[in-house]
Amino acid sequence: MIWVILPTHLRMLAHINGEVKLDVDGQATQRSVLDALEACYPMLRGTIRDHVTQQRRPFLRFFAGEQDLSHELPDAPLPDAVASGAEPFFIVGAIAGG
Amino acid sequence: MSGIRLLVGTRKGAFVLVSDGKRERWDISGPHFGGWEIYHLKGSPVDPNRLYASQSSGWFGQLIQRSIDGGKTWEPVGNKFVYDGVPGTHQWYDGTPHPWEFKRVWHLEPSLTDPDTVYAGVEDAALFRSIDGGHTWQELPGLRGHGSGSRWQPGAGGMCLHTILLDPSDPGRIFIAISAAGAFRSDDAGKTWRPINRGLKSEHIPDPNAEVGHCVHRIARHWSRPGVLFMQKHWDVMRSDDAGESWQEVSGNLPTDFGFAIDVHAHEPSTIYVVPIKSDSEHYPPEGKLRVYRSRTGGNEWEALTKGLPQRDCYVNVLRDAMAVDSLDSCGVYFGTTGGQVYASADAGDSWAPIVRDLPAVVSVEVQTLP
Repeated sequence: MIWVILPTHLRMLAHINGEVKLDVDGQATQRSVLDALEACYPMLRGTIRDHVTQQRRPFLRFFAGEQDLSHELPDAPLPDAVASGAEPFFIVGAIAGG
Repeated sequence: MSGIRLLVGTRKGAFVLVSDGKRERWDISGPHFGGWEIYHLKGSPVDPNRLYASQSSGWFGQLIQRSIDGGKTWEPVGNKFVYDGVPGTHQWYDGTPHPWEFKRVWHLEPSLTDPDTVYAGVEDAALFRSIDGGHTWQELPGLRGHGSGSRWQPGAGGMCLHTILLDPSDPGRIFIAISAAGAFRSDDAGKTWRPINRGLKSEHIPDPNAEVGHCVHRIARHWSRPGVLFMQKHWDVMRSDDAGESWQEVSGNLPTDFGFAIDVHAHEPSTIYVVPIKSDSEHYPPEGKLRVYRSRTGGNEWEALTKGLPQRDCYVNVLRDAMAVDSLDSCGVYFGTTGGQVYASADAGDSWAPIVRDLPAVVSVEVQTLP
């Protein structure tokens, strides 16, 4: 199970009250985790990555194990601690704007 | 007794304001989608409890929300807005080519006949349509593709398609307006388009006969005279009596003819309202006095409406989609400000009172007159 932590606005949009734990097919990567997340919560499509290019939206970042994974390739394996569910995969909104 | 429902979009959420036909006491619900920018909400004319809302943020992009119970509950529907074909380029502020990029939905216009059909005016400027209640969206590509699209430029607020007028007497006719490209008309339900900007004068455009490039802020018209259009341009209030074939200035005695909002009385097709704003570099009312101006003659002769509005130290703006009229016997007029006030007049503008004073900055106001 992959543990994902979402920004408050996306949790509210998806009506998520508890923790997000996802079954991911195959290797845990940014792409497979986001695919699984969007399959569970279709209303999140387009809010984290672009519908067409699948690129991360510019004001969002991905973190895990105190590492910034935002610029890793989408099919790169996530750290073992994330893949095992011991550490969460953070989707974080930039501290910007008002 | 009839009721009124105001749909208010703000920088930090949507609000629904409800009153009976007296329009004296209001129940306010919201914020819906708190923290998100709500550029526009609008109800279907044939199913008033069917509402559509444009929800967006710089972080998470665009969402479309739909309600089937008048705004009590909402569900997100489709948010995939993909330009038809290769998007190409428009002009950037400095005149260089800039790729077309979808940013947000500025305006939602439900069909006059089908609650599942709704149009979306977007930034960068294009017109989209859904025929399945907002689940999927398709661009009407004839607008961007008619020939002048590569010469369109953004206004200060972005290159937004902000006005969509459907014609109750002719299902094929649609008017739209883009800042800063101008006004356009389709006579075949959106398949083909042509600019309708003859007579508009814009200081920043050297060519007095420029086909496009005009910063149209808003167009309004009365349902009974669909060929008579009233326009608040960046500067100048304009009128067309021939469905946009030609325009004449009707600014008359306005203290300034800059502004954003314009609307038409529900029962008097020649009575129109604007809110003059001092200038394009000072987005607040002249002299710190918030005044609605009314013309009963279709323009040129204007009277200031001040009763109940702040007449000192007022420096708010009224944005282009933030004025609306109801259709009760005594026409109600409503507008919202960037200071978070929503003002209402139950007597066609003679007197005003705030419904609410402290909302986030108001972006849009729509009104529904309920049976």
